[in-house]
Amino acid sequence: MPLNDINWSLSIPEIALAFSGLVILAAGVSQKKETAFFPCSMLTLASFLGCIFLVINAPDGSAFSGTFVNDSFSKAMKLLILASAILSVLVAVGYRGLSRTGERKRTLPFETPVLILFSTLGAMVMASSSNLMTLFVGLELSSLSIYILCALERENILSSEAGMKYFILGSLASGLLLYGMSLVYGYAGTMNYSGLMKTVDAVEVVPTGLTIGVIFIIAGLCFKLSVVPFHMWTPDAYQGAPTPVTAYMAGAPKFAAFALFLRIMTGPFGLVAQHWQLLIEVVAVCSMLYGSLAAIPQQNIKRLMAYSSIGHMGYALIGLAADSAEGVRATLVYLAAYLVMNAGVFGVIATMRRRGTEMTSISDLAGLGKRNPLMAGLMAIFMFSMVGVPPLAGFFGKFMVFAAAWQVGLYTLVAIGVVSSIVGAYYYLNVVRVMYFEAPAEKFDRYAPALTLVSGSMGLATLFFLLVLSPIMSIAQQAAQALVG
Amino acid sequence: MTPAIASVGLTPYLVVSAALLVLGVFGIFLNRKNVIIILMSMELILLSANLNFVAFSSAHNDLSGQIMVLFVLTIAAAEAAIGLAIVTTYFRNRGSIQVEDVTMMKG
Repeated sequence: MPLNDINWSLSIPEIALAFSGLVILAAGVSQKKETAFFPCSMLTLASFLGCIFLVINAPDGSAFSGTFVNDSFSKAMKLLILASAILSVLVAVGYRGLSRTGERKRTLPFETPVLILFSTLGAMVMASSSNLMTLFVGLELSSLSIYILCALERENILSSEAGMKYFILGSLASGLLLYGMSLVYGYAGTMNYSGLMKTVDAVEVVPTGLTIGVIFIIAGLCFKLSVVPFHMWTPDAYQGAPTPVTAYMAGAPKFAAFALFLRIMTGPFGLVAQHWQLLIEVVAVCSMLYGSLAAIPQQNIKRLMAYSSIGHMGYALIGLAADSAEGVRATLVYLAAYLVMNAGVFGVIATMRRRGTEMTSISDLAGLGKRNPLMAGLMAIFMFSMVGVPPLAGFFGKFMVFAAAWQVGLYTLVAIGVVSSIVGAYYYLNVVRVMYFEAPAEKFDRYAPALTLVSGSMGLATLFFLLVLSPIMSIAQQAAQALVG
Repeated sequence: MTPAIASVGLTPYLVVSAALLVLGVFGIFLNRKNVIIILMSMELILLSANLNFVAFSSAHNDLSGQIMVLFVLTIAAAEAAIGLAIVTTYFRNRGSIQVEDVTMMKG
């Protein structure tokens, strides 16, 4: 193997992030337990910002003998992942800021931002993978950190149960994914995406072992995306995990799984699209419908957001089912819109506390419109955006994926998508109704300014998404071209 | 194909690894007793994939499968450590690690 194949300068953002993660961990250990959280979070935020700079300036190309690739697509996905990670660290800072005073509170340890950092690192490696080995290592780095994050509130039984459920189902999914990869390796003789592409191109009939392997891989990735029929862990994990962790789980790992999905499906297996297209369509339809229908009876806002994310992943998959450059672009725009509104919602959820105890029931929001007009207004914006009301972020995402599917003639898919958006409007608008038209409940505690920052900035971004739409579109366009060409 | 694999062929390896996979998956779904058994079943699934990787690597005369196995072994160790840590915190809160007791959240 020639040494110039290594080309390690392409992965400087990842190397720098890994290194700063270790430094922050060491810095945290050397301080007192109670005071370490804030400086560690600030250092984590700083390293994320530095990493964004490095990602933007990293050269394109392929490194480590073709196991690692940097192109416009991986850069766009990494920016999404980093943005989501920054927002969830901010939510964590705000969430913990509340619980400093008063009686014994559920507090987050300083490892929270560090684990978010390592999970983000894994997600970035996934976005850059061009070999099944890099895929698996990145995926596991990202997932293992999230298992710990879920169970991080050690005195809270819901948190440990969430961690346990997510761990069991998550490792099962990783195991199946790995088995699928072993079959793909066996029938293709290589793990590089370019090599796989050549193999798939060369054969007349795709061997059964390869097909089974691909199906296992799709199942494993669907689990990480939490789409039907691999969604059963989502509501429990979302409800039990600490709110900032839920905010993180709903963002970065999903983007990374989408990055893999898009890269594998349009790359090595793009030539056999007719074999998997129907599968993706069915999964998308089931997730959209399940996400809208199963959310209706929910009483817990975090659980509601879990069903909402199942539905949203279904919409985003429509772009992949379209199997075109427009589809990839639409999916990326959808994910950007989802990132913005999702982070904002969790910023509002993190403010829901009475006398230090976290409140997560939807009825606790009653009368928020009178108690706190700012947060209620922001929450209403996010809810309308999730429904897909025109000038807001969610509308553009939905519009683009539907348009991409319409272009390639997937009319049924579009029709089902529109119907399930309308059904979904019921439970989103129910939250707005509770906030404005029900008798005010007891006030929430004062909350940290970091939460106002997250929700406020995301609220503005949701409201004026039209203004940032053209730069996002051009980045997404470049990314789609890098992938589909 | 290396001589060792050529003498028995690839099929026995694939059969054993498929059997291990099925055992692992059923161990997770049919087990109503203890969470530790689930952790063991997960290990079985990862090892079945490893066996596949090694067999295919030998059959293709390609080293990358064996490198993958080294990665997987490392990750499996980390996963077992994290799994046991989570089970420990859960036991402290709930006082039990029976599978049927993991039902605080439903719906």
